[in-house]
Amino acid sequence: MLGRDSRLSMRLNHTEMSWREKLWQINWGLLALITAVTGIGLLTLYSAAQGHIQPWALKQFLRFLLGMGILFMVAMVDIRFWMRHAYTLYMIAMVLLVAVQVRGTVGMGAQRWIDLGFIQLQPSEIMKIALVLSLARYFHGATVQETGRPLFLVPPLIMVLAPTGLVMKQPDLGTALMLMMSSGAIFFMAGVRLWKFGVLIAGGLAAVPVAWGFLHDYQRKRLEVFLNPDEDPLGAGYHITQSKIALGSGGLFGKGFLHGTQSRLDFLPEKQTDFIFTMFGEEWGMIGGLVLLTLYALLVAYGYAIALRCRSQFGRLVALGITTTFFLYFFINTAMVMGLVPVVGVPLPLISYGGTAMLSLLFGFGLLMSAYIHRDVPIGRRGAHED
Amino acid sequence: MYHDNDRARIFTRRAMMLAGGQAVLMSTLVGRMYYLQVVEADKYRMQADDNRISTQLLAPSRGLILDRNGIAMAVNQHNYVVQVIPEQTPSIDYTLDQLSQIILLTDNDRARIHKDARRHRSFVPITVRENLSWEEVARIEVNAPDLPGAVIDVGQSRYYPLQELGAHILGYVAAPSEADLQAESADSLLQLPGFRIGKAGVERVYDLALRGKGGTKKLEVNAVGRVINELERKEGVPGVDLTLTLDTRLQEFAARRLGDQSAAVVVLDIHSGAVIVMASTPSFDPNAFNRGLTTAEWSNLVNNPYSPLTNKAIAGQFAPGSTFKPMTALAALENNAITPDTQVFCPGFTQLGNFIFRCWKHGGHGLLNVEGALKHSCDVFFYEAARRVGIDRIHEMSARFGLSAQTGIDLPRELPGLVPSRTWKRHTLNQPWLPGETMINGIGQGYMLVTPLQLAVMVSRIANGGLGVVPHVARDLITGSEVHPRPAPNWPSLNVSHQSLDVVRQGMIAVCNEPGGTGYSARITEDGMWMAGKTGTAQVRHITTREREAGLKPLSEIPWKERDHALFIGFAPTEAPRYGVAVVVEHGGHGGSVAAPIARDILIEVQKRDLARMAAAPESH
Repeated sequence: MLGRDSRLSMRLNHTEMSWREKLWQINWGLLALITAVTGIGLLTLYSAAQGHIQPWALKQFLRFLLGMGILFMVAMVDIRFWMRHAYTLYMIAMVLLVAVQVRGTVGMGAQRWIDLGFIQLQPSEIMKIALVLSLARYFHGATVQETGRPLFLVPPLIMVLAPTGLVMKQPDLGTALMLMMSSGAIFFMAGVRLWKFGVLIAGGLAAVPVAWGFLHDYQRKRLEVFLNPDEDPLGAGYHITQSKIALGSGGLFGKGFLHGTQSRLDFLPEKQTDFIFTMFGEEWGMIGGLVLLTLYALLVAYGYAIALRCRSQFGRLVALGITTTFFLYFFINTAMVMGLVPVVGVPLPLISYGGTAMLSLLFGFGLLMSAYIHRDVPIGRRGAHED
Repeated sequence: MYHDNDRARIFTRRAMMLAGGQAVLMSTLVGRMYYLQVVEADKYRMQADDNRISTQLLAPSRGLILDRNGIAMAVNQHNYVVQVIPEQTPSIDYTLDQLSQIILLTDNDRARIHKDARRHRSFVPITVRENLSWEEVARIEVNAPDLPGAVIDVGQSRYYPLQELGAHILGYVAAPSEADLQAESADSLLQLPGFRIGKAGVERVYDLALRGKGGTKKLEVNAVGRVINELERKEGVPGVDLTLTLDTRLQEFAARRLGDQSAAVVVLDIHSGAVIVMASTPSFDPNAFNRGLTTAEWSNLVNNPYSPLTNKAIAGQFAPGSTFKPMTALAALENNAITPDTQVFCPGFTQLGNFIFRCWKHGGHGLLNVEGALKHSCDVFFYEAARRVGIDRIHEMSARFGLSAQTGIDLPRELPGLVPSRTWKRHTLNQPWLPGETMINGIGQGYMLVTPLQLAVMVSRIANGGLGVVPHVARDLITGSEVHPRPAPNWPSLNVSHQSLDVVRQGMIAVCNEPGGTGYSARITEDGMWMAGKTGTAQVRHITTREREAGLKPLSEIPWKERDHALFIGFAPTEAPRYGVAVVVEHGGHGGSVAAPIARDILIEVQKRDLARMAAAPESH
């Protein structure tokens, strides 16, 4: 191999990197994309408050600054550290998830929050990261042969299903689905045979009638409304009907910044959180929507590029797990507000108003950055160096 | 590292698959976005506008009603309304308590306000009281700091400055009924709260023209219906001002002259058909309907035996008595049953079979021709004339002169009256016509019923040379909301010979201007204003032979309901007639002594006003 890149790679292919080397390796493109998307988010929050930085845009900006700090710290930390502490993080997240069941704050009709005094903690967000790390660690040490053994897949399955069940019970269908789908992606990337997914999906479908019985009334209503939104346009179908009106009336070029009537006149519910894409689409039209989707797609593409360039399986799986989680965030959210999938409470990443999601996302991007910085660092089966 | 190459290879391959899958999902998003924002954009744009734009109607101001000289008879007044906005007061009751120191608030009012407040969102103003006086408005404004949430709103309400004067012609306005809303679904103005439509009189007949066209305002509202701003305002077209043919000063004179009797008077321009005076007493104050009547006031109006709510000029039906005699005379003359020179001897009664028909004059009139018979109002002559010509020809002649059918005046609820015929009796009573009935009806008794307006039309058609003039109260010709000047009158001829009409007119001139005429005591002596006429005293109950032998009681001893109607028809001036008049005083007594002087006084006043006007601005007629 010739060229500067390969020489650089060779130089990084050692156990310990200095801070200078790490700083040198920061992926500025990734940061620029994150900042651009967040910038769009802040503008939209400014518009959601009818041209005021209060009550949302300013607070979200401060969280972003805090999140960027976290991103840097996470990125600077050796990826092997994250691998070593993956299970610990997972256990902490599990404990918090149980705690939220025991004494959580009820918000929006669901027990999702835990009040730590200075911050409203949402353990399911932490679990999204922790699960990716744990699964990546588990599969990092697995040979292709091991991955082929069904029994070998039982522990990671339990690892997925335990938090999923807890989250489902909160109830937070969206996060539960995301946990399952991003885990599925990691299983898939780790080389689990496709027919096994077939079996799982078949089993899942068979369980649908059972699961239906466990769903809350409002969740059932949401699914019914999804299947037939015109049935009750002023009641349960109100959200999605108004969302489609807002998006559609935005047209190709939008109504202009600060001029979205649906959002400004409060016809659009949750315009600063789950339905913020609708508000953006109303004001900036399809052109704006395409720009935003392109930025998201570029971020995902960066994630793939980083995953493919990682030398270690752990790095690859973490990068791809984070990327997939991110993809699921914006796909489910946008598909939901466009009426493609049922309304499940998933925020638009980096844009929706909300602290925990923003911080955990930037934490995730920190890991992605760490995977990039440490892409050539060799990792042994148990997190030590290559043995 | 022995297995890592395999894993990396699998990872790369599967990353491509996953990326492919995600690309497919992404393109679904883009496709959906295209569908919503480009394909269906127009539909959603409309829905978004439906969401945010609330179109509200603006009530046009109602046209004024003026008399022929431009004096306002119906105007629009500011209606000051005090409202309370629930969200702007800590407690509705507190504000109402404070308000009750200025205006009267009953427990019913409070209950209604609370009910309204519960039904609406808290930013919707709730009406507390309407029709505030200026003083009340001022006190509320001054005390505004102590009246949280209280606001003054200005609407329009109808006001009739002349009050009782001309009330029957003007009518009144009121909120549309359920039936109105159903029938006129086309005009959404009626849906407006507080909108009033004409319910009677010209307010009703010319409602469309007076109403005008509604404007619209487009308001931007938010999800809970609060108005954010006004996007567009299209003012409506105010209603047209309606000029009547009435002269309010003459109207006032006539009303005063009728006094508190139950009576009606109509003065027509015999050429144009313009109604110059139409008074019906007692009257009512139409403003009361807008203000809201109490149950007591309402029952007073309805149960009053003088029926103040009825326009007796068009809806009061009376036996015409002797005022009908010109019709019998014309029918007989035109059908050659008599000639102008035919003489009949009146011994005070006549006989048909076993029945005796008496003349009002006990001793009889002696030998009379038709002119003299009119002058003296001899019953026997007209018994004979009627007998000779027959009821059907009398009916036919009366119909030509506007009796037995609505005159077609532009006022609602006109009654048709009745001049009987053989066919009529067979159809309605299923009885054959009796010869004696011809004689009774020939002097305006029996089945006969006329309205004062019909009498005025009848006498006008006699006076104008037999032209079928039709009365009207609106100066202009109004169809729907279109207003055009009335064309020059071109009335159809009634095909009555001038010779016959001349005989009748001469008789009527004699009534008032020759000594011995029944209206001589009520003659007009002013030069060029002389009046011709015919008196009438209509019995309302049969007088038995025994009563007649016992002698007639003085008027004061007869109950009001059983007294005779006093009637008079006339025209003036005799030289070149211009005005036709009809006066009916219900149960008023004698036509010659009660109705004729009223007609005289009014015709003098009418002609004086006429002279004054011609002196001021010479008109060509």
